[in-house]
Amino acid sequence: MKLARDTWLVFQRQVLLMWRTPIWIVVGITQPVFYLLLFAPLLKKVLAPMGATSYAEAYQIYVPGLLAVLCIFGGLYTGFSLLGELKAGIIERSRVTPVSRLALLLGRALREMVGLLVQAVIITLCALPFGLRVDPGSLLLAYVLLGLLALMTSALSYGIALALPNDAAMSPVVNTVAQPIGLLSGVLLPLALAPAWLQRVAEWNPFYWAVEGMRALFSGHPGDSVVWQGLLIVAVLTAVAVSASARLFSARIR
Amino acid sequence: MPGAGRRGAHAPTPAREFWLIETKGLRKSYPSGKHGRTVDAVRGIDLDVRAGEIFGFLGPNGAGKTTTLRMLATLIRPDGGAALIAGADLLADPAEVRRRIGYVAQGGGTADAVSGREELVMQARMYGIRKADALRQAEDALKAFDLTEFADRHCSTYSGGQRRRVDIALGVIHSPKVLFLDEPTVGLDPASRGQVWAEIQRLRTEGMTVVVTTHYLDEADALCDRVAIVDHGRVVVEGTPEALKREISGDVVLLGLAAGEAGPAADALRGQPYLHRLEPGEDGLRLYLDDGAAAIPQLLSVLNAAGIVPGTVQLQRPSLDDVFLARTGRSIEQS
Ligand SMILES: Nc1ncnc2c1ncn2[C@@H]1O[C@H](COP(=O)(O)OP(=O)(O)O)[C@@H](O)[C@H]1O
Ligand SMILES: [Mg+2]
Repeated sequence: MKLARDTWLVFQRQVLLMWRTPIWIVVGITQPVFYLLLFAPLLKKVLAPMGATSYAEAYQIYVPGLLAVLCIFGGLYTGFSLLGELKAGIIERSRVTPVSRLALLLGRALREMVGLLVQAVIITLCALPFGLRVDPGSLLLAYVLLGLLALMTSALSYGIALALPNDAAMSPVVNTVAQPIGLLSGVLLPLALAPAWLQRVAEWNPFYWAVEGMRALFSGHPGDSVVWQGLLIVAVLTAVAVSASARLFSARIR
Repeated sequence: MPGAGRRGAHAPTPAREFWLIETKGLRKSYPSGKHGRTVDAVRGIDLDVRAGEIFGFLGPNGAGKTTTLRMLATLIRPDGGAALIAGADLLADPAEVRRRIGYVAQGGGTADAVSGREELVMQARMYGIRKADALRQAEDALKAFDLTEFADRHCSTYSGGQRRRVDIALGVIHSPKVLFLDEPTVGLDPASRGQVWAEIQRLRTEGMTVVVTTHYLDEADALCDRVAIVDHGRVVVEGTPEALKREISGDVVLLGLAAGEAGPAADALRGQPYLHRLEPGEDGLRLYLDDGAAAIPQLLSVLNAAGIVPGTVQLQRPSLDDVFLARTGRSIEQS
């Protein structure tokens, strides 16, 4: 159980570092809450074509998308913190020890995942006064999906940070990856509003399935096939991203 | 053979078990980015490091010192060659090599927002040491390296010298057989530099083998039992500092000259029978000759005849830089 032990070790260290930079905790909590509150007045009107006649229904559509975007983008941008650790020589120092390479990745990605899930819970709680209602079982399943999403995108982002030849390339690459993913997954607004050709394109975006799965869960249809399809697609991609990225942790030469 | 100290150049070759590190033909190229070309950073390095010695890897910037060390520390895979480190095969069993070595990168590797003690505990835990033991070993290391005074402050508050000593303590927390140190004194003030030297010597007396890279000649000379001088990814020459300097026969006379006088002075001196070689040096000329003391009066009269009066005249024994100069035609400090 060396992997579990080493992962826990790296995870604990990352949690400690997060507590010592409280600004991130403040930003992490206020930002999603702002998103929730500032978009609220717009929601009912915009989502009316989807059959949202009340705030409660609007939030049923909007909140799962917001949670997904939080985890997708939060994960994709987490690689920037790795750049700092690379520069400070912390990764190199770890790589000289026998510590598990997979643990170097997983400990960090799990810390990111936990942080994002905490934000997701805060958003869910804040949406309750607006009339959002989800049954606990579906909600739990939705959090599993979110956790996988966060894990996948963090691993992807760490992989990008490790593979790029220099730090300046990180921003353009991450932005280029994030934008189409965000737009084509219908995270903020459902793609049901989009023209047919755009929906056809979106079906090739794995995040689209994740977001559709989230919406089905939040609207009380955990039995919908998009739920298991979304979970399966995300789980497979998570495994791929984690193993590819872990390989980079052991082999990188920069 | 801990603490065996310096040996002469002609000491008999020790039996195989005394070699703690043996490398054969280590090579590494990097892609240079342009048209698929490569930079041959290390082009076939053979090293033999004895147990219990401080081995210096001396060379100018870009010579391939860091690349060699990173290969030996399992951080990058060599393109070719082989190495045996403390009995473990670098290519076949890097995991075992990791257990037997410590490595301190030139820039160190501490996080800003944690304390030296926390870093030491983390380091021990990364080597698989149990928490209670890790706490105790961190405490021992703090005492041994005299770090207790600032052990619980964040690393971001440390001075360069304090940070460096923490880096070295991190490198040896698991009592490795070999410690690799990459340019451990770069950027330090003279007092901190002395402290780092003292720590390295203490580790040697405790039986550790230390491989240290440097581009400081005085450091290699004063600290190392043996040195390998590297240039352009190859070992130029290897031996004890004494033996290497002995190869450069004779003395060195440094003439301090005003700007513009070096050229005329060189012209005047060329052809003097007692002069082996003449090189431009910092603020003047370096003259290589057999017997400096005997030659100085003659030198001065030749210069006087040419109307040149040197500001200073210094007689020196050859330094490791002279060894480098004799082998490569360049000075380490200028390349
Ligand atoms: N990651 C890298 N990519 C490309 N070239 C590199 C890389 N690292 C080192 N080099 C080149 O390899 C040569 C040796 O570098 P290095 O081992 O750092 O030398 P030293 O430590 O002796 O100064 C230099 O020419 C350097 O520019
Ligand atoms: Mg170097």
